[in-house]
Amino acid sequence: MTLAEAPLIEVEHLTMRFGGLIAVDDVSFSGRPCAITAIIGPNGAGKTTVFNCITGFYKPTIGRLRLRGEREYLLERMLGHEIGQHARVARTFQNIRLFPAMTVLENLLVAQHNKLMVASGMSVFGLLGLPVYRQAEQAAIAFARDWLERIGLVAMADRPAGELPYGAQRRLEIARAMCTEPRLLCLDEPAAGLNPRESAELNQLLLSIRDRDGIGVLLIEHDMSVVMSISNHVVVLDYGRKIAEGPPAEVQRDPAVIRAYLGTDDEAIDG
Amino acid sequence: MVGARLPQMLKDAALTALVAAALGVFIVGFHTVDIGSRTGLSFDFWFADLGVALVVIFLGRLGLSLAAEGLRWPAIALGVVMLIAGISPLKLPSGFLHWFVALGGALLVVRAAWPWANQAIAAGAATPTGRLIDRIGNQWAGWFLLAVAVLLPLTPIGDQKTMDLGVLILTYVMLGWGLNIVVGLAGLLDLGYVAFYAVGAYSYALLSTQHGLGFWAVLPLAGMLAASFGILLGFPVLRLRGDYLAIVTLGFGEIIRLVILNWVDLTSGPAGIGSIPGPTLFGAVFAETAPEGKQTVAEMLGVPFSSNQRLIFLYYVILGLALVTNLFTQRMRRLPVGRAWEALREDETACKALGINPTNTKLTAFAIGAMFAGFAGSFFAAKQRFISPESFTFIESAIILAIVVLGGMGSQIGVVLAAVLLIGLPEWFRELGSYRMLAFGLAMVLIMVFRPRGLIAHREPSIRLHPIGAKGGG
Repeated sequence: MTLAEAPLIEVEHLTMRFGGLIAVDDVSFSGRPCAITAIIGPNGAGKTTVFNCITGFYKPTIGRLRLRGEREYLLERMLGHEIGQHARVARTFQNIRLFPAMTVLENLLVAQHNKLMVASGMSVFGLLGLPVYRQAEQAAIAFARDWLERIGLVAMADRPAGELPYGAQRRLEIARAMCTEPRLLCLDEPAAGLNPRESAELNQLLLSIRDRDGIGVLLIEHDMSVVMSISNHVVVLDYGRKIAEGPPAEVQRDPAVIRAYLGTDDEAIDG
Repeated sequence: MVGARLPQMLKDAALTALVAAALGVFIVGFHTVDIGSRTGLSFDFWFADLGVALVVIFLGRLGLSLAAEGLRWPAIALGVVMLIAGISPLKLPSGFLHWFVALGGALLVVRAAWPWANQAIAAGAATPTGRLIDRIGNQWAGWFLLAVAVLLPLTPIGDQKTMDLGVLILTYVMLGWGLNIVVGLAGLLDLGYVAFYAVGAYSYALLSTQHGLGFWAVLPLAGMLAASFGILLGFPVLRLRGDYLAIVTLGFGEIIRLVILNWVDLTSGPAGIGSIPGPTLFGAVFAETAPEGKQTVAEMLGVPFSSNQRLIFLYYVILGLALVTNLFTQRMRRLPVGRAWEALREDETACKALGINPTNTKLTAFAIGAMFAGFAGSFFAAKQRFISPESFTFIESAIILAIVVLGGMGSQIGVVLAAVLLIGLPEWFRELGSYRMLAFGLAMVLIMVFRPRGLIAHREPSIRLHPIGAKGGG
């Protein structure tokens, strides 16, 4: 457990302003490897903004985002795609963003793009059909196949991703992010729109990602049953500020959290 | 029920005819006639033609409304009447109107019968034989077209006119395939593709006439030059998306043309560059008598000279170049970079999240597309032996783009079909005179009505986990 002691990602004094609006105000927390860290909070609390800063879609106004791999990466200084390529942070989106016209398998191969580009000698070996590339491609397909088995979509591999049912699309997006072989996986409301059975399947998948693949997971979620049953650590945001942090059971009892979620009416809490 | 809607339909048809009248009175109604140098121009009135056309439009629109309401038989009857009127020896003011009336009638019949045909096709495709035909069609259509293209010059139909048209169509097929990489695969709307074509053409024209380089030596150079122009343009503009990119590329296309037009020292401006040498076959030239130190192909092969030899050679050269473009594209599509192109077309944000560098990926698509335009440009200069800025106007870009879009974005066979349709048809219908552009427009409208996603909308996966036929059923 010594490895798990050092934080994988440290968010320090993160502030994000859009003009006069302060979406995230001096938020600090950390996420560990082999652990699921959930960020919760009411709508508009700034959860997705934190995610967009970590994954390079926004440049933070103030703050430092440190990711520890073989070396330390300062994410706030990296360009959007470099964070996925070098720091290996993968993410999913609140409104699923697959490549709908491409097949399920192709979606998973696109995720292994950088690895395959190197193997294909920037396309030269690939054009010549050299065995180096063909082996790399076979390995990539095998890797994708493993993930298809884990999310139960092997039979659908050659169907366009856009034709899959909603729940399957959610699982595929997570598998696609995992195919980039990330250190940190950021999931933006993965349980949104899932029925209870699909939601339970998702929990199993996330737990297996934590325990089998041993990576850190950051999770934004509204569904409290998901958050409370699988997360190791919970960070609560409200109006851009961090109002509480700790293990799920503790956070659940925190008066500030209850106030933020249910309003200040004490009777409502007692009831 | 229908009776209640009839006034509405009549009103709609009248409105359509009114709009057509407002447009047509200037386009069809008046013609200017040159009546001699002193008095200048005078008007010739064609109101009879206009009147007939308006009646046809009124009836046609009414028929379409009837068909849309499910009244197929009245619509078909109306269509048949128009068809008969069109082909009958009835005296109409001009020959074209016969075509117009007859075609309008035929279209109406097709439209009214379309639901039945659609049902029959769907029912047919659902049967095992239907599926088999479908699969064979998908797999073998390309080979069949290739065989036709290779054998065409050897058949009796391969006369000068056909060969000329063949070379023209294949040039557009090649350009279409090149642009397909940029627009169809990478999803970058490029309205200035002809600029790279011009770069290729001028590269060959200048290097051959001023430095005496041969076609085969310049071909790779021209491709490289065009690709460099692609990268040069691409760097600043590829961070733009959609409409913005289209406008910038449109501007770039015009800039290249204007530079060519005005840099008279280098390009001789609007006068163009003439006497460009044609491509050679192992150093032998295609001419009746060879210049000193050279050999003619007829001498080399020991056959009598014929003017057709050059054309057939050009035909095979462009066929070869087009096939190289196609093979290269097919291969690239199955490589990581090709998949990244398509992924970028589907969702750029998701690509970024997966660690794909969007700028580099777009740049490769842009440069490779430009390279093939450069090859095609060199070929064009060698074939025409004279080039001027006139050949590289925006309309060329538009036609190439139309071929890609109508063919079905990303479909290689679709590009071939669309090129044959859009380039071949107007050439075949030269007898129609200036009305042939009407046929061109009609073809475009029909494709967009009946195949809104292009002639071939089917996308073949670049890779399969379960190969077809490996598993029964399916």
